[in-house]
Amino acid sequence: MNDVLDLKIKATQIRLDLINMIYESKSGHIGGSLSSADILTVLYYNVMNIDPNNPNWEERDRFILSKGHSVEAYYSVLADKGYFPKEELKTYCKFGTRLIGHPNNKIPGIEMNTGALGHGLSIAVGMALGAKMDNKSFRVFTLMGDGELAEGSNWEAAMAASHYKLNNLIGIVDRNKLQISGNTEEVMSLEPLEDKWKSFGWDVLTTDGNDIEKLIDTFNAAIASANDKPKLILAYTTKGKGVKFIENKANWHHRVPTEEEYKAAISELQELMEVYLNEQNIK
Amino acid sequence: MNNIIAPRDMFGKTLLELGEINDNIFVINADVSKATKTEEFAKKFGDRYINVGISEQNMVGVAAGLARVGFISIMSTFASFAPGRCYDQIRQSIAYSNLNVKVASTHPGLAVGPDGAMHQCLDDVALMRELPNFIVLAPSDQIETKKAVIKAIEYNGPVYIRIGRMECPIYFKEDWDFEIGKAYILKDGSDVTLIAHGSMVHIIYEASDELEKEGISVRVIDMPSIKPIDTKVIIKAAMETRGIIVAEDHFIYGGLYSAVCEVTSNFSPCIVKAIGVQDIFGESGSPLELYKKYGLTKENVILKAKEILKS
Repeated sequence: MNDVLDLKIKATQIRLDLINMIYESKSGHIGGSLSSADILTVLYYNVMNIDPNNPNWEERDRFILSKGHSVEAYYSVLADKGYFPKEELKTYCKFGTRLIGHPNNKIPGIEMNTGALGHGLSIAVGMALGAKMDNKSFRVFTLMGDGELAEGSNWEAAMAASHYKLNNLIGIVDRNKLQISGNTEEVMSLEPLEDKWKSFGWDVLTTDGNDIEKLIDTFNAAIASANDKPKLILAYTTKGKGVKFIENKANWHHRVPTEEEYKAAISELQELMEVYLNEQNIK
Repeated sequence: MNNIIAPRDMFGKTLLELGEINDNIFVINADVSKATKTEEFAKKFGDRYINVGISEQNMVGVAAGLARVGFISIMSTFASFAPGRCYDQIRQSIAYSNLNVKVASTHPGLAVGPDGAMHQCLDDVALMRELPNFIVLAPSDQIETKKAVIKAIEYNGPVYIRIGRMECPIYFKEDWDFEIGKAYILKDGSDVTLIAHGSMVHIIYEASDELEKEGISVRVIDMPSIKPIDTKVIIKAAMETRGIIVAEDHFIYGGLYSAVCEVTSNFSPCIVKAIGVQDIFGESGSPLELYKKYGLTKENVILKAKEILKS
């Protein structure tokens, strides 16, 4: 799926699905899921070589959701791609479900159980190293939160990725500048973040992580890069993107909407969806 | 004694042999390859070996990632650093994700000696035994170490192997077949049972020789498989002898002593006494000086055996 408008529609659908999941289960991480929805959409519908009918295909690109708490966006994408029935999203976080509150590798399409922060990049380094050792051409992607970059293990992995010249590894940081207790720069300063990654030997590409078109261009540029450095996409996003009253508020990191809020969020996204669908009909 | 080598040397030799026949083995080290004896593997199979530097958390993630793309990952460092430094990574990325990673840790217990409490890991068995999906092995002599490493690599799933640094007399024959989950009766007896793993097997064996001189019949059990544990052998010992002594170079909490007590209290309550390090950190000294100070001695085993027989 390459058309930008189609992807915008898809990302809006993912947002609707994940809000439904969270409201239904009365549990989840709404802010970070909304901020990462566009990144996941572009990865799964445009960038990655995958085959949902054959989730264990050896040549598949690998994806690790290091910020495992944003699992609602991830499950919504995987269900929509056909890794498991969309109906199953209703079981999210309920007793007996496979769709537990953090990624679970018993679900087709999910490589690793993640959610303890600061683990994903090291795993991605191992996978990328394995691909190189085995002369395989698959690429490894991992999506990190910005708050989780305070975990020192990320920087051990960052050092290793450039040491082993893992140019088949693309890290993405969902830079929404908020974490559970507030602004990242107040909690534990990350800036200058671009310089930090550069100084660890990474190629850094910055983009608007909620702009589908720019994301596609940035991923293409990262993949096309011919040097031997690992790539880091610093994706500037808005936490809670897509629902105005949720946007940029740290307290929406892990809050469940009330009935009123739920209705308002759904109606705002449905309005946006209608705008996109009208655009599509005009085309 | 000329043929005796330390378990960690055997670990290195075994990896080298396995490297020849299995090109899927990937060895990962955190800058201690000399000490963990993976150096020869590194020299010979450089394309299936990495030194991640002093970064144990990263080592676990890399081992997990390699396992997820099809390799058998064998990560090794000192027990103080794995599981010590990276328990969270081991829990989430190996145990919970149920990946084919072997955590092979050397330098366990007071036997580390001069480096002191910082490096004397006395809690690794406790940490690893409670993790679902993990098998926990603590072999004693060099033959058992070799067989345990081979079986761990054959097994498809997470395994922790505690590998000793001190030389240990040889109790097993080269053609003997090691099985995960089995305990081995080195001597049969009917008065009292002595159970140990790793370096303490040698000490209970020596204690049994002394006790036998006094006419006491001793059952000596080497228990390299701490999880899964050989419940049958423990229950039989509980029923057929007057009590059990468990000896280990580990804290008395959470290790083999706890594991044996869990079995006896559930199926066949009996007196079970511990030889191990109490609620205290170690210090510098030679391994035997430390074993003496902290009560990991054959004299202490003999004393406790007599207490059981008097009760």
